[in-house]
Amino acid sequence: MTAESLIKLIGIERTFILGDSKVHALRNIHLTIAAGEYISVMGPSGSGKSTLLNMIGLLDVPDAGTYQLDGHEIKSLSHDALASLRSETIGFIFQSFHLISRLSAAANIELPLVLAGISASERTKRVSQALKDYGLIDRAEHRPNELSGGQRQRVAIARATILRPSVLLADEPTGNLDSATGEEVVSLLEALNAHGMTLIVVTHDHALGARARRQIRMMDGGIVSDINQADVATSLAT
Amino acid sequence: MKIVDTFRYAAQAATGSPLRTLLVILSMSIGVAAVVILTALGDGARRYVINEFSSIGSNLVIVLPGRSETRGFNPANLVTSTPRDLTVDDAEALLRLPDVARISPILVATTEINAAGKLREVMLLGTNAEYVKVRQMKMGIGRFLSKVEVGHSASEVVLGAEIRREIFGEMNPLGKTVRVGDRRLRVVGVLREGGSGMGMTTDELVIVPIATAQAMLDTNTLFRILVEARSRKRINEVKTSVLKLITERHEGEEDITVITQDAVLETFDKILNVLTLGVAGIAAISLAVAGILVMNVMLVSVTQRTAEIGLLKAIGANASTIRHLFLVEASLLSLTGALVGIVLGYSGAWVLRFIYPNFPAYPPLWAVFAGFGTALISGLIFGVMPARQAAELDPIQALSKR
Ligand SMILES: Nc1ncnc2c1ncn2[C@@H]1O[C@H](COP(=O)(O)OP(=O)(O)OP(=O)(O)O)[C@@H](O)[C@H]1O
Ligand SMILES: [Mg+2]
Repeated sequence: MTAESLIKLIGIERTFILGDSKVHALRNIHLTIAAGEYISVMGPSGSGKSTLLNMIGLLDVPDAGTYQLDGHEIKSLSHDALASLRSETIGFIFQSFHLISRLSAAANIELPLVLAGISASERTKRVSQALKDYGLIDRAEHRPNELSGGQRQRVAIARATILRPSVLLADEPTGNLDSATGEEVVSLLEALNAHGMTLIVVTHDHALGARARRQIRMMDGGIVSDINQADVATSLAT
Repeated sequence: MKIVDTFRYAAQAATGSPLRTLLVILSMSIGVAAVVILTALGDGARRYVINEFSSIGSNLVIVLPGRSETRGFNPANLVTSTPRDLTVDDAEALLRLPDVARISPILVATTEINAAGKLREVMLLGTNAEYVKVRQMKMGIGRFLSKVEVGHSASEVVLGAEIRREIFGEMNPLGKTVRVGDRRLRVVGVLREGGSGMGMTTDELVIVPIATAQAMLDTNTLFRILVEARSRKRINEVKTSVLKLITERHEGEEDITVITQDAVLETFDKILNVLTLGVAGIAAISLAVAGILVMNVMLVSVTQRTAEIGLLKAIGANASTIRHLFLVEASLLSLTGALVGIVLGYSGAWVLRFIYPNFPAYPPLWAVFAGFGTALISGLIFGVMPARQAAELDPIQALSKR
């Protein structure tokens, strides 16, 4: 398992300084994640879940410890190298969608391709495929404010996956949705995972968290439990 | 990110907030339009003055009898104290010089005109048929003096518009006989009203052939000889050769003065060019103010679009891409403003010319380019700071902003 580990965090520390007080958002995190895993991260508010996700997604850098993503040692990379590694391997999904309001659904989905400098013809091909995959064909030219919450999150997922990243990071993806649409969105994410994409979901919803094969609980910046259902199953079997 | 896509994204961002974009374009365009219109005014003033001077005939070399005092001491002056007269023969001789297109001898005096029972004191000008061309004068009705052999004279007279009105009223004066001094002359033409030159109006002038004037006044002397060079460039050569020829004809004595208008014209040209530059400078300040406004608007735009910038970083944009996006947006705003400003400026200059048809308010090309360039450069310079600020935003904080 260690040989094929996609994400490897060793002794990660992250401290925020707010005025005089220090906030220890992550403390001594050790975490190894293999390609294709489905992980949920749960824990009380302020326990460091988003900070961990940002760290994995290369939006934040640790104060101490080492992080290897897909064989790259993060500390050794320049800002630009981080940006391109992020664009190649990471897809982000947010609670509040973060769609650009002046752009159509199609243009929002296209954005990572545009930033990556992919040719226009290739872009149209991939975007129309994505619109089809996520059932958004008749919404392609709609602005985000003309879409429902579920449609917006589907646009966001389409955007996050258009570059076929190996890791999909979702920070409370159903937080702004009712349970039915939330269910729909989670099914989409699970389908992507079933096709081999590593999926890490931060959630407050226990039912949702329980669906993941591996469940991580955080408290006060540290990992307090890390249960792999496959392991549980094998241990029960023996 | 491809350049085309950078421009498209920036353009969409600009049109995404129309009011903001409109304001920036407006202020930038007013700055550029100010440069264009003010330099059109300044340059128009310059052209106006030059045109006025040229209406006297800009290729003109004027020969006066007598030395100008500024020439300094010359022992030859001690021998003959009275300068030799300028004669019609002198004038005819000048015509043989290369580069001389036309000459006009001039004799001026005051006399009386008497016709239709009316008597009036007038300024008499004796000259030849070429005078109307040399001075670029326009005829109202009839024709100018006819061409005659040297020494001969036709009994003709050309009247100024005012003289014609006072004597003939609305009657047709052509073919009528008037008494000028002791001569009876036939009216062949009337000058167009409003002509001027050499500091006097032509409306109250009576023009007769030079031989007639000389006979009337019983003199052989000329007041002046006007020499028209073939082109503006040849003026200096003409000036030297005229001086040389007359000096030869006057037995080696330099007893004339030759002047050109160029010196005066050049001074005016210089002064008015400096004036134009001055107003252009003042207008450029308004451009700089517009540039600062672009910066402000872009800075506000960066804070408004924090979440967007954070998102762009999260989906793989690096710092330089974001810097480019904002810089291109600022440049596009300035560019559009500059283009609109040029259109506004040209329209403004057109309106000026429409209201004052005599005033050549054309914006000089250099000013248009300078205004355009300043707008673009100030847009770029003032766009750098907001762009850098956007690029340095922390994506996590940017994203956590709703
Ligand atoms: N940019 C920051 N500056 C200062 N403190 C921060 C920053 N980001 C996070 N923190 C602090 O770090 C701690 C962990 O925050 P984090 O956002 O990871 O919590 P979370 O588990 O995601 O909480 P929630 O469930 O409410 O989203 C919190 O105490 C938070 O206040
Ligand atoms: Mg969080």
